[in-house]
Amino acid sequence: MSEYILDVTDVDKNFGGLQALSDINLRVKEGTVHAIIGPNGAGKSTLLNVIVGRLAPSRGRVLLGDQVLTGKEPHEINQLGVARVFQTPEIFPELSLLQNVMVPAFAKREGIFKMNFLSSLFAEKEVLEHAEHLLEDVGLLEHKDHLAGSMSRGDKRRLELAMCLGQHPKLFLLDEPTAGMSRHDTNRTIDLLKRIKERGMTKVIIEHDMHVVFSLADRISVLAQGAIICEGTPEEVRNDPRVKEAYLGGETV
Amino acid sequence: MSNTKIVSPKKDMIFMAILSAVVLTMPLWLQPFGAAYPDLMQKFMIFGIFAIGYNILFGLTGYLSFGHAAFLGVGSYTAVWSFKLLSMNVIPAMIFGTVLSGLFALAIGFVSLRRSGIYFSILTLAFAQMSYNLAYSVLTPITNGETGLQLEQSDPRVLDHMSGIVPDGSLPTPNLFGIEGIGYSGFYICAALMLISFFIYLRIFRSPFGLKLRAIKSNQNRMGYTGFSTRPYLMTAFVISGMYAGLAGSLLAVTDPLAGAERMQWTASGEVVLITILGGVGTLIGPLLGAGIIKYFENIFSAFNDTVLLNAFSFLPDWLAHPVASVVGLFVGEGWHLTLGLVFMLIVIFLPGGIMEGISRLSRLLFKRNKSEPKSDGHESKEKEQTSAGEV
Repeated sequence: MSEYILDVTDVDKNFGGLQALSDINLRVKEGTVHAIIGPNGAGKSTLLNVIVGRLAPSRGRVLLGDQVLTGKEPHEINQLGVARVFQTPEIFPELSLLQNVMVPAFAKREGIFKMNFLSSLFAEKEVLEHAEHLLEDVGLLEHKDHLAGSMSRGDKRRLELAMCLGQHPKLFLLDEPTAGMSRHDTNRTIDLLKRIKERGMTKVIIEHDMHVVFSLADRISVLAQGAIICEGTPEEVRNDPRVKEAYLGGETV
Repeated sequence: MSNTKIVSPKKDMIFMAILSAVVLTMPLWLQPFGAAYPDLMQKFMIFGIFAIGYNILFGLTGYLSFGHAAFLGVGSYTAVWSFKLLSMNVIPAMIFGTVLSGLFALAIGFVSLRRSGIYFSILTLAFAQMSYNLAYSVLTPITNGETGLQLEQSDPRVLDHMSGIVPDGSLPTPNLFGIEGIGYSGFYICAALMLISFFIYLRIFRSPFGLKLRAIKSNQNRMGYTGFSTRPYLMTAFVISGMYAGLAGSLLAVTDPLAGAERMQWTASGEVVLITILGGVGTLIGPLLGAGIIKYFENIFSAFNDTVLLNAFSFLPDWLAHPVASVVGLFVGEGWHLTLGLVFMLIVIFLPGGIMEGISRLSRLLFKRNKSEPKSDGHESKEKEQTSAGEV
């Protein structure tokens, strides 16, 4: 077992003539929170898409522990223990909140496919309890029978977090978990993420909000124009001149 | 019975008991509607099976198949062949009809489910049209082309001969160990199978499998990132619904032992889509109601002819009665599909959730009238409305 839970080596990604990622090397230690920051269009979401298998890298490979992720389908990668929340929450709008968290719980137990079409949901006490516990964790239990599509954006986001947490992922990828949230909701989410951190779950987080980044991250990578220009502890990154340049366009402040 | 709540099996059993009582007493309570004759009630049951099976695919996964009539046709042809070659007993006919349709669905689904949305619909439509043309011309030795496949005196009926059942000169009728597949006994055979099919369908709705199918409909993208491979789920749903269609097709042959290619035509595929949407897509009993209503009105409206209409309008002066009768005449008899089209348009525009949405709106209206004294604020009632959108 390698020391790193996530190991991205020499990854390139080209879209036609555009090089979205060039020579990305990223190593994340187990149990830490690693933030990826950078200006818009720097390739942050592309990098996440490569890790979860939505995009195939043009070059390089991605490892989860000792397992190669490159070339696998998103659902296989998820089964290996990678969960992801999206920039716009991807939930099941036509299902109730409770059903939303039940589905991933089944995925954890049953694998990629199981044909249990004659058993009853009602008899799945364990999954039901687990799902209610998860909703309680993110403060949504009172709405458990509501349709997920009718909730506010912040609630949808927390629901998506609960759905991913229910799978106990080895690696949790968060794409701007507080985007478009009110200050109040942002703080609630930070508290929630801090609590998860104590459970020793490894997280890679993309974020624009520096308040979120500096209150959560153990290490930070700065991405600009498809390349990692700097990596280090929050303190190191904060004081790095290259970072200021990338964000402020070369002008000295 | 709401889709957003987890229903206990006990409640479902009560529901099944009520449904069985309603279905089995149909010959009594359909009397006043003039619909209590066996042929029509058999159709209610058969198209009910067809529609609930279709709803497993369309209602739960959202995949709109335009080719389900192909499975209906395969079921019918297989059943008639089983009557000809093996036995007039309906059990082998139904088993073979269902299984063969399932295999057929496996093949079509394997190709069609590579695409989703409109492309999936077109692929299924193409397959159904191919099947229709095969049945109509190319495969004439098997399907007897445009004449349709019929029973004959000289059929081998191997099993019947082995067990010493010898026909007495007239064509034998399909039977369940002596209970004939026509008339009231035929209705009860269909009703029993419909109730069994419905029970399985209900279990699918209430199972983790059904929940995952609904999740696929709701957000296939998230489903992939949740560690499920969606294809085998869709495949299973497609095959199950194909088998339901095959069972319905073989029952059509049980109640009337001949099979023609027109059963596989795209209009027949369209009909089950209409039935499901009219009743309420994704609702439990909507498709059953849809099947009943469409088959009932088809029967009533097609029976009208010009003479009947003229009689009906005889209270008008002669110069008015004729034009009125001829205008109304467009909508009845052969032209009943025009009426169906209009009704369908109205439903889709004003009640997209079908009859079941109408019923739930009505019940909410009545419920509110009884309980609206303590005023609820707007936010809450809006939430309620959205929540109950997922009801039966």
